[in-house]
Amino acid sequence: MEIDRDILLLMLRRMWMIRNFELKVMEVHSAGEFSGAAHPYIGEEAVAVGACAALEDTDYITGNHRSHGHPIAKGGRVDKAMAELYGRVDGYCKGKGGSMHLADYSIGILGESGILGSSVPVAVGAALAAHIRGDKFVSMAFFGDGASNQGALHESMNLASIWKLPVIFLCENNQYAVTTSYADTVAVDHVSDRASAYNMPGMLVDGQDAIAMYEATAAAVARARAGEGPTLIEGLTYRFEEHSLGLGRVARGAYRAEAEIAEWRKRDPLDILEKTLTSQGIATREECDAINAETVAEVEKATEFARNSPFPEPEDLFEDMWANPIPLP
Amino acid sequence: MAQTVFLEAINQAIQEEMRRDESVYILGEDIRRAIYGATADLLSEFGEKRVLDTPLSEEGFFGAAIGSSLVGMRPVVETLTSFMWVAMDQLVSQAAKMRYMFGGQATLPVVFRASMFYGAGSAAHHSDRSYPMFMNMPGIKIIVPSNPADMKGLLKTAIRDDDPTIVFEDGTLFGMRGEVPDNSELPGEELLVPFGEARTFREGTDCTIVAIGGAVNHSIAAADQLAAEGISVEVVDPRTLVPLDKKSILESVEKTGRLVIADPAHKVCSAASEIASIVSEEGFWSLQAPIQKVASEQVHIPYTPSLEKHVYPDAPKIIAAVKRTLES
Repeated sequence: MEIDRDILLLMLRRMWMIRNFELKVMEVHSAGEFSGAAHPYIGEEAVAVGACAALEDTDYITGNHRSHGHPIAKGGRVDKAMAELYGRVDGYCKGKGGSMHLADYSIGILGESGILGSSVPVAVGAALAAHIRGDKFVSMAFFGDGASNQGALHESMNLASIWKLPVIFLCENNQYAVTTSYADTVAVDHVSDRASAYNMPGMLVDGQDAIAMYEATAAAVARARAGEGPTLIEGLTYRFEEHSLGLGRVARGAYRAEAEIAEWRKRDPLDILEKTLTSQGIATREECDAINAETVAEVEKATEFARNSPFPEPEDLFEDMWANPIPLP
Repeated sequence: MAQTVFLEAINQAIQEEMRRDESVYILGEDIRRAIYGATADLLSEFGEKRVLDTPLSEEGFFGAAIGSSLVGMRPVVETLTSFMWVAMDQLVSQAAKMRYMFGGQATLPVVFRASMFYGAGSAAHHSDRSYPMFMNMPGIKIIVPSNPADMKGLLKTAIRDDDPTIVFEDGTLFGMRGEVPDNSELPGEELLVPFGEARTFREGTDCTIVAIGGAVNHSIAAADQLAAEGISVEVVDPRTLVPLDKKSILESVEKTGRLVIADPAHKVCSAASEIASIVSEEGFWSLQAPIQKVASEQVHIPYTPSLEKHVYPDAPKIIAAVKRTLES
């Protein structure tokens, strides 16, 4: 598959943006600049970026608790994302959602869900709207290996298949639900094997390879837009950091061997993409480094934006409950 | 004015709204063949894409309805209260919370129509009157119509409202006949009942009965019998529990000085409990006697009629409660 150079460079930019965003988040979180859980996406960047590069702004995504990568991959703004983590009024959700609930309705990011598997039926619903109205957009549900055991996912795959809905079920298999290995909880070898039970294609893809993710997703999107129904894509990947900031590393080693982590770190998705781009003459080393540096600067600016944004006022507590407001009880 | 059966009123509301707005569609189990009657003739008029029979997957299709509402559709989900339990995550984590959690970005014009089939030997798994649990959860509007006209007018308003709404449809009323005005008789030629406005069924001076859903008719029957004994009772139906018209309730209690609340839900943390709490806080000095709750006994719904008949509020229990307020 011939991929446009602009798309490849956009993928590299967004992957660096996620990486540098997450590194900054880890830095300022450990410095105590904001509290609460935050789940770093480091190591998994190629999955969301490759997948979202095959989407348009008019397509929809839903996601989960590991929520910073999806919106950035879909073209979201790092300043509004960072301000949300800081709990400020200029955040995506005016400080009401925080790290696990980023959303940008202006570009089809319908929101990240802290309840795993719960946002999958929502993505199916967006696709149902396309089906009823005859619109051409598609919808993509991100979920992990852990949520692949949720009833909501299985009901959703069945619904999408019987109605031939334009949905891409995008499993980010990072191999651990917090500390529990998917080998211990998933009854089949691969999450993608589950597609056959719902009469849809299932694709197992190298989730460290952004180009492979893009190609698989582009095929699924074409199938969805043609009215041929849903696809299940499993990006096999690895979480380089711990489950959540603030949880510490108490369980490290108890559930993942150091050697396993080291092995996967050798397959850094940024190295893999840069190697492909430089070896094929698509970008020079200098161009790659410049993209990295530009995203570092943008994340730095976003962090300043977040720090300078005010906290909401007490009366904002009561805003945003209703579209057609009613009196407080 | 036409005499209309409660179920027919539901059907009229859906049909009118589907004709008016192409984004309105309906989904649920066995609705194309209208197994409960409310969806009769919709398939032939609106076609398969807007009248969707679903698999037995409440979590899946509740969520799909929610997702479609985020992108401009106006789904009407048909279900039973008791089936909402298997989709609670979608109702609570998504429908109720999305708008607030996403800082007002999400708009969810989704209606869940939940039948309450209590009182007819349906036993514990099909007889839930679960609206109080949803009153406790911010983010969902709740309506409990007590007659065909309000059923029609409130459902039409719910479909047009931009927030998630659960319509608790009282199965004991499905065969009830009542006057529903013809559209040609109405200003704007349609029946729309606003949320948050109670309806006073009869005026009285000695005691107020605030009654919910199927308890309204029992309260009117009680008021008739009490009138024959010279006791003047006012019957107030809040019609919507979220928002709740507490002003009308407080004004009625101010007038009568006594309050009985008749609520088919379980008595602990019921709608009656909340109304009693509001009147205790804000209308205490109007009260001449302790508030009386007449709600369902705190047991599961037994199958056998010999036991089930003792569970719910009925006219004799309501009459006894009114008399207790008059003793003091």
